Amino acid sequence: MPAPRRTPPKPKYTSDRLIPGAFEGETVTRRRAMSLAVHAGGGIAVATFALPALGFAIGSAVFERPPVRWEAVGDPADFPNDTYIPRVITTVPGTGEVGKTTVYVRAHNDKIDGPKDPNIPYADEQGGDFVALSTRCMHLGCPVRFVAASERFICPCHGGVYTFTGEVAGGPPVRPLDRFYVRVRNSQLEIGPRYSVNSEFERFPHYRDPAQPLDGVGQYLYPGRFSTPLMDN
Amino acid sequence: MPKLPLPPLPKMLNPRPPRPSEVEEVKPLDQAKEAGIHAVDWIDERTSLSGALRWVMFRKVPKGTNWFYTLGSATLFAFLSQAVTGVFLAMYYTPSVTDAYESTRHITNEVFLGEFVRGMHKWGSTMMVILIFLHMGRVFFFGAYKYPREMNWIIGFVLLILTFVMSLTGYLLPFDQRSYWATIVAANITASGPVVGPYLGDFLRGGAEFGATTLSRFYSIHMLLVPGLIAALIGAHIYLVTKLGTTAPPWMKADLDENLVEDEV
Repeated sequence: MPAPRRTPPKPKYTSDRLIPGAFEGETVTRRRAMSLAVHAGGGIAVATFALPALGFAIGSAVFERPPVRWEAVGDPADFPNDTYIPRVITTVPGTGEVGKTTVYVRAHNDKIDGPKDPNIPYADEQGGDFVALSTRCMHLGCPVRFVAASERFICPCHGGVYTFTGEVAGGPPVRPLDRFYVRVRNSQLEIGPRYSVNSEFERFPHYRDPAQPLDGVGQYLYPGRFSTPLMDN
Repeated sequence: MPKLPLPPLPKMLNPRPPRPSEVEEVKPLDQAKEAGIHAVDWIDERTSLSGALRWVMFRKVPKGTNWFYTLGSATLFAFLSQAVTGVFLAMYYTPSVTDAYESTRHITNEVFLGEFVRGMHKWGSTMMVILIFLHMGRVFFFGAYKYPREMNWIIGFVLLILTFVMSLTGYLLPFDQRSYWATIVAANITASGPVVGPYLGDFLRGGAEFGATTLSRFYSIHMLLVPGLIAALIGAHIYLVTKLGTTAPPWMKADLDENLVEDEV
């Protein structure tokens, strides 16, 4: 077995190491400086295409805020306060059937819903007079349907059940059904952006994806995103 | 090699042996026979490929190597089958939310052999996952993940995850009801991770909602990004298998050197 090699430490300055052409006080050899420069150049060249490509893939997906859209769904008098009327609205324009979703709409009912929320956007345009429930199940996003006979919303995928107000009655969902902002304009009921509620029916303007509980620590674990429409009032 | 007697042909049909003074001329047929060898030689002289091929193909394998050792190659061929059928499916497929289902229906119902090629791709994907797990089980139960092959186990694990990514992204592409809702569920499962989950979900969908870019995003991941990674990692996987060799099955005992065996006293 050969003895372990022990080379004496090299002197710090290149001129002490007898390298030709060295400046006084120079600590990095020119060969090393050159190779560092070439590596840095290569790194910059890669970053020049890799970083924009990464930003391209992430930027508009995560940080682009879509505009607020309102869609008229009919005469406000069409909607009773004791059952839901289904309406189909477009949430993502330009994608055909894929961008459509069903909304269950009814008028506000003090006996079921309690007093109206005075702070809801468009309160002066009957914003609090209607309840528009999303059909997106809060377990993993399958479409729920309203069964009038039992006054329950039932999810076909994993057995989530919601009461008449959208509160979780059973199964895996983590929070009540999402809702939509509404307003009345030109004697038409208009459906606006979606918002989420926690089990106290407290409003979360930036709607969350399903499977994200909003009670207790959940509201901090699942922050609002940049990709949801922002109401101006 | 013993020479067989010529069949009893008439004398005029028998080839005339050359006279001692005649120089044997090069016949075109012989030249043609040599052409292939010349071409291979020409390439080999410039690339030394034959050495690499010999290194890969003519390895020593331990005693006891059995049919279970073919599961890795079977997985490789499942991947190759997926790659080839996938490339050809892409010739007819349209990754757009309005046309994807229609183009899938066109492939299945109208294109010649379309149903077969699509079926190969669809069932082949399941087959590939099954083969990966059998291969993984073989490696596990034969202890082939141990030193010095840990690196290959890790690469294999990454390949397994990438195959799952392929399964997930490929599931959306037929764009029927099942594809659509399965992807909704998958994106929401991703988004249910704390703190970063919501943003990962946005990244996967290309926004807060399943939109026009979700399908093309999945398509690009499915046919460009992940296959490239898988192919590169399969290369590394096979390089390490070649370099380190395969293991003997655990029931094989090492042969003892007779000089080292002491007689019982």
